[in-house]
Amino acid sequence: MRRLRLPSDPRLVVGPATADDAAVWRLDNGMALVQTVDFFTPIVDDPYLFGQIAAANSLSDIYAMGAKPLLALNIVAFPLCSLGVDVLAAILQGGADKVAEAGAVVAGGHSVDDPEPKYGLAVTGMAAADRVLANAGARPGDALVLTKPLGTGILATAARAEMFLAGVAAAEASMAALNRAAAEVMAGFSVHACTDITGFGFLGHAREMAAASGVSLEIQSQAVPLLPEAAEAAAMGLVPAGAYANREFLQGAVFFAPEVPENLRDLLFDPQTSGGLLLAVDETAAADLVAALRAAGVAAAAIVGRVSGQGKGEISVR
Amino acid sequence: MSGETNKAAAAAGVNVIDCRGLACPQPVIMTKRALEAAGSGSVAVIVDNPTARENVAKFARAGGHAVEIAPAGEGLFRLTITKGAGAAAAPPGAAPGRPAGSPAAPAGSAAASVSGPAAVYLISQETLGAGSPELGAVLMKSLLFTLLESDAPPRAIIFINGGVKLAVKGSPVLEHLRGLAARGVNILACGTCLDYFQLKDQLAVGTVSNMYAITAELAAGAPVVAL
Repeated sequence: MRRLRLPSDPRLVVGPATADDAAVWRLDNGMALVQTVDFFTPIVDDPYLFGQIAAANSLSDIYAMGAKPLLALNIVAFPLCSLGVDVLAAILQGGADKVAEAGAVVAGGHSVDDPEPKYGLAVTGMAAADRVLANAGARPGDALVLTKPLGTGILATAARAEMFLAGVAAAEASMAALNRAAAEVMAGFSVHACTDITGFGFLGHAREMAAASGVSLEIQSQAVPLLPEAAEAAAMGLVPAGAYANREFLQGAVFFAPEVPENLRDLLFDPQTSGGLLLAVDETAAADLVAALRAAGVAAAAIVGRVSGQGKGEISVR
Repeated sequence: MSGETNKAAAAAGVNVIDCRGLACPQPVIMTKRALEAAGSGSVAVIVDNPTARENVAKFARAGGHAVEIAPAGEGLFRLTITKGAGAAAAPPGAAPGRPAGSPAAPAGSAAASVSGPAAVYLISQETLGAGSPELGAVLMKSLLFTLLESDAPPRAIIFINGGVKLAVKGSPVLEHLRGLAARGVNILACGTCLDYFQLKDQLAVGTVSNMYAITAELAAGAPVVAL
C-alpha cells in the first residue's frame, strides 16, 4: 500500500495509514460507514462450514471497529466444472446463514471461474462516528483483553496430519463463531482500541495496535487462552509456515522472557483465521468486562496483558 | 549434493527420508512414520525449507529423541534423529507428544518377570465400579494403592474424562500416583479433559497428554485395562 498514490479525503476517518481492520467514512448525520473485504482459500473440507468461517471472518472486521454489519456481498472464485454446483451452494449457504446470524443480509455478489476455490465477503457496517474503535487509541495503563483462544493455524496443520482431532473440532467451532457477542458487550465499556486477530497472529496484530497507538505492551503468556491440544500440536512440530513468517516479521519488536516455552511462542505467532478481538480497556473496567464477556457466552475471554507505557510498538512477553 | 548425502547415509545403514519439495505437515508425518518403523538407531531427514527444519526437530525432541541439524547445501538441511537419546524432559511448559522414555521399554521386558507384561490402565472416572460413588472412591484408592505396592506396577496409567480429577491438586490418591510415577509408571492426563474441567493448571502428577499419545500408548501392545 505504501507504494500507491492514494487520494485523501477528510471524511475518510480511518484509512490505509494505520493498518486497521476496516475503512471508516464519516457521514453528515453523525454516523460513520465501515467497509471491509476479506476472502481466502478453503481451510476446512466441509463446504458449508467453510462458508460459515469465511463469513464470520469477514464480519469480524466490522465488529472490531465497534460497528454493526448491515449488508454483505459475496466474492467467489470457484471451479464450477470440477467441483460442481452443490459444493458452491453449500459454501454460499454457510455464508448466508452466518450473515443472517449477524443480523445482516447478503445483497448479492460476484463470482469468477478459478481452479482454486476462494470465498469471502465485502461487508458494510455502521456506527456512531464518535464510537468507532480503531486499533490506535490504546493508553498506558490499559488492560488487554482477548476474546477467543489461539491456535487455529496450528490445529489446521494438525488436521492435515489427521492428528489432535478434538482440538481441530474446537478450532472449527471457534473459527465459525461470530465476534458479535464480544462486540456488543464491549460497547458498554470504556474500550480505547480494538482489533481482530487474524493472519499476522496475536503478536502481529498486538504489534499493529501498539504501533498505531504509540505505546508498548506487556503480555502474560500464561494468561493467553489456547484451543485444546494446540500446545501439544505446536510442541510436536505442527506449526504452519505463516507462524514462522510472522516471527521473522516481528523480529526486533517482540522480546521474550527466557522462561516462555517455545510452543507457547509459536502459538503467539500462529496465524489465526476468524480469531477473536483484542481490546485495550481502562484497567479499572477490565475485570468487569471479562466477567460480562463470559456471561454473554464469550467463554475464553481473558486479560492477557497491559499497555506498559508510551512507545513505538515494542512488546515484551513474560 | 543430496545424492552424495544419501549414499553416505545408506552406507552407514541410516534410513534417509527425503522431504524435499514437501509442505508442512508432510515432513513431520513422514518423520513420524520413519521413526515408528525404525526399531532403534537413527533416521536422517532431508528438508529444503526452514519451516520443515524447525517442525521436524520439534517433533523429534517432543518424542524424546536427539536431533542434530546440519546444512546440506543449497538450502537443504539434514536432521539426524537418534531414537530415544533425547533430553530426559521436554522444555518447561511444553507438552510433549509422548513423554521421554515412555515408549522405549517394549511390553514384557523389565517389569514383567512376575505376572506377564505390564498393563496400561485407562481410567475414565473418579470412582471404581457402579453402585455407590462413596464405595467407588474407596475402591479407586484401594486399587491405586495395590498397584503401587505391586511387584509388577503398570506400564502406564492414562486418565481421561472425569478420571483426570484423580491427578489434580487435592485428589485423595495423589500420594499413590506420585509413588507410581516414582516407580517409573508413565502417568498421562488427557489435556482436552483437563481443559474441559478447567483443571489444566491444577495437574499435580504426570504429564498433560493428547489423544495421539494416548492412542499410541493403548496400541503399543501391552494389555489394556479400561476402568
